[in-house]
Amino acid sequence: MLGLGKKDTTLLIVVAVLTLCAPFILNPFPAGSAMAQFNAGYPDLMQRFVIFGIFAVGFNILFGLTGYLSFGHAAFLGVGSYSAVWIFKLFTYNVLPAIALSVVVAGLFSLLIGFVSLRRSGIYFSILTLAFAQMSFALAYSVLSNPKFNLTNGETGLQVYTDDPQWFHSDRLPDLPHLFGLSMRATHTMHMGDWSFSFNTGYYLCAVVMLLVFYLAIRIFRSPFGMMLRAVKSNQQRMNYTGLNTRPYTLAAFVISGMYAGLAGGLMAAMDPLAGAERMQWTASGEVVLMTILGGTGTLIGPVLGAGFIKYFENIFSKINDTVLHGWFGFLPDGLEDVMVFIVHPFIGKGWHLTLGLLFMLVVIFLPGGLVEGGQRLARWIRGRRAEDSRRKTEPAE
Amino acid sequence: MDAFLLQILNGLDKGSAYALIALGLTLIFGTLGVVNFAHGALFMIGAFCAVTLERLLTLSFETIDPTKTDFLGNPLKVKTPYVESWFGPETGAAIIDWSVPLALIFAIPVMLAIGYAMERGLIKHFYKRPHADQILVTFGLAIVLQEVVKYFFGANPIQTPPPEALRGSVDLGQMIGFQANAIIYPIWRLIYFFFAVAVIGGVFAFLQFTTFGMVVRAGMADRETVGLLGINIDRRFTIMFGIAAAVAGLAGVMYGPLNPPNYHMGMDFLVLSFVVVVVGGMGSLPGAVLAGFLLGILESFASTTWATTTLPGINQIIIYLVAIIILLTRPRGLMGRKGVMED
Repeated sequence: MLGLGKKDTTLLIVVAVLTLCAPFILNPFPAGSAMAQFNAGYPDLMQRFVIFGIFAVGFNILFGLTGYLSFGHAAFLGVGSYSAVWIFKLFTYNVLPAIALSVVVAGLFSLLIGFVSLRRSGIYFSILTLAFAQMSFALAYSVLSNPKFNLTNGETGLQVYTDDPQWFHSDRLPDLPHLFGLSMRATHTMHMGDWSFSFNTGYYLCAVVMLLVFYLAIRIFRSPFGMMLRAVKSNQQRMNYTGLNTRPYTLAAFVISGMYAGLAGGLMAAMDPLAGAERMQWTASGEVVLMTILGGTGTLIGPVLGAGFIKYFENIFSKINDTVLHGWFGFLPDGLEDVMVFIVHPFIGKGWHLTLGLLFMLVVIFLPGGLVEGGQRLARWIRGRRAEDSRRKTEPAE
Repeated sequence: MDAFLLQILNGLDKGSAYALIALGLTLIFGTLGVVNFAHGALFMIGAFCAVTLERLLTLSFETIDPTKTDFLGNPLKVKTPYVESWFGPETGAAIIDWSVPLALIFAIPVMLAIGYAMERGLIKHFYKRPHADQILVTFGLAIVLQEVVKYFFGANPIQTPPPEALRGSVDLGQMIGFQANAIIYPIWRLIYFFFAVAVIGGVFAFLQFTTFGMVVRAGMADRETVGLLGINIDRRFTIMFGIAAAVAGLAGVMYGPLNPPNYHMGMDFLVLSFVVVVVGGMGSLPGAVLAGFLLGILESFASTTWATTTLPGINQIIIYLVAIIILLTRPRGLMGRKGVMED
C-alpha cells in the first residue's frame, strides 16, 4: 500500500492508530483516582510527544542512516520557531504559512551549515555543528536583539504583540494560531463514566503532520537514496574509492533532517506562539540525540518511541515529590520507608536530569541499539533463540 | 599602545583557562583517542574542590560567650572554626583566608583519583567502540557529574574569594614604563596567567624530559609498536588521563575567584575548549595552548567598545567565526599533524 512493503504498511498503520487514538490510550486511569498522575492524555503533553517525535525521526535520517552525529540540530528547531512567529506577527495567525515558512527557512539554514560542516567527518563534524549551534544561540540570545535590528527579542523570546501589523488578520478569526478559523487550543472533552478524554485540534494537526513525515521517512529509508546513505555509514572511504562523490548525498540527508527539525519548531510555535533562544542551546541538541539513541538509532520506530519515553518520564518524574514517595513506600516499616525515600529522592522532581544522564549512560553502555534492540532481544529470548549471529552493530562515519 | 596592551592582558586569563582545558582534552585525545565531553565537568569539579575545602576549613563549633549579649539580650553565641582552635586564631584565620591556593594541594589527589576512576571504570570499555559512542557516553557522564554537584551545592554561584593579600589590582603600566593608571590589572588574573604558564610548562617538561614522558610520546606516535616492545602503555595512558583531569581541575580551582563557580560552568567552557582544540589542531599540544591564548585575546579585542559598536555582538560569536574560517582554509588547524583523525 502506498508503495510500502507489507511490514512497513503494518508499521505505518500501527503508528497511525496509536497516534490517532492517543487521547484514549494515554488516559487509562480514571480522573481523580490515585493513578491519574500517570495519565499523559492531556493536549500539551501529547503535542510534545508528537513534535519531538518528528524532530527525532528527522535527526535519525541523518544520524541513523549516515552515521554523522550532529550536535547542533536544536538550532534548526529554533530557526523554525522564529520564522513561524514572524509569520504570526506580520501576516496571519493561520498556521499553514507559518509551518511552511519554518520548514523552508530551516532547510536553507541547514543547507548553509551542512555545506560547511560536511567538509569534515567524525568528531570534527560533531564539533563543527556544535560550534554552529552555539553561535546561532549566541546570535539569537543577544546579537540579533539590539534596538536597531530586533529579530529575536533576546531573553524575553519572540512573541506576538497587539501592535503587530498582522495584515491578513481579521476580527472574525481567533486571536491565537488557528487553521482556517479552527483554533489550535480548541479542545473537546469527552466524559465516559469516571474517565475523561480530551481531543485537541492542535494535537490532531501535529499527529497528521507526523504521520505524513513518518511515511516520508519510511520511503526515504527504503529508497535507493537511503541505501546510499547507509553505504556512507558502513564505509565512506570505499564509496569514495569507487569514484562516487558522497557529499551531495550527505548534504541532502542533512538538509532533510534540518527541515524535519524546522517543521518541529514551526509546530511548536503553532501550539504556543512563542519562540525563545533556549530552544537552540546545545543541551537541547543533546536531548534529541538522546531520544534517538534511547529509542534505537537507524530504526524507523525507535526515535518516536524514544521521544515519547523521554517526554513522558520527564513529565512524570518532575511531578513526583517526597509526599508521593512516602505514599508509595508507605507499606514498608517506618525506618525502611525513610531510607527508600532518601535513596530515591535525588532522582525525582528537579533531579530528573540526573536520572536522564544515568539512563543515557546505561543505554549507551549496555544497549547501543536502544529500546528497539531491547525489545528484539527480549523477543528472541522468549523464543529461546541464540542472539549472537544476527546482532547488528551501528558504525558511524569516520 | 597601552590600550592595546590592556586588551591583550584582558584576554590572558580566559585564554589561560581555554589553554589549560584544551591541553587536557588534547592529552586525552592524543593518548587514548577518546573525545572527552566530560572534560568541562572535570574543570567544574576542580572549582568545587576549592568550595569544599573552604567549607571543610570553616567547619566550626559554637561556644557561648557570657560576657557579651546579642541584640535580643541573650548570651552571644560565638562560632569558632576548628582550624582556629587547633592552630590559634591568627594562623587559623590565615589558613581559611588562603583556602583557594591550599585547594590546589587538595585538588591534585582528588582529580587524579577521579580521572583514574573514570578511565578504568568507564572509558576503558569504549576504546573499540565508535567515536560517536564515546562522545555520547561522556556527554551522559557530564550531565550526571553536573547534576550531582548541583544536588550537593545548589544551583547558585558560590563565592570563592582569593586571599586578602591578593585582592585588588596593580598598576602594571607604571612598572613597565607607561604613565600611571594606564594599565590597572587585577592581581589574581595575573596570578592565574602565571599559574597557567607554570602548569603548561610543567606538563611539557614532564613529557619532554622524563622517561615516562618519552614513553608516552612514543605511545602517542605509535601505540602498537610501543606495546610490542613489552611496555605496558595502557597503564601509562591511564596515568596521563589522570594528569589531564588534574590539569582541568587545577584550572577550575584557580578560576573560582575570577568567576564564582556554579554547576554548569564546565559546559560553558567545554564547547569553547573544543573549538580551541579544533583551531589548534587535533592532537597537537602546542597547538592547543597557542590557540587557547590566541582565541582568549581575540575575544577580548572583540569586546572593546569600538568593536561592539561597529558590529554589535561580535564578542559573542568571534571565536566560532574564526574556528569556521580556520577549518575551511586550514582543515588541520594551526598546528595539526598529518594523519590525526583523517582516516
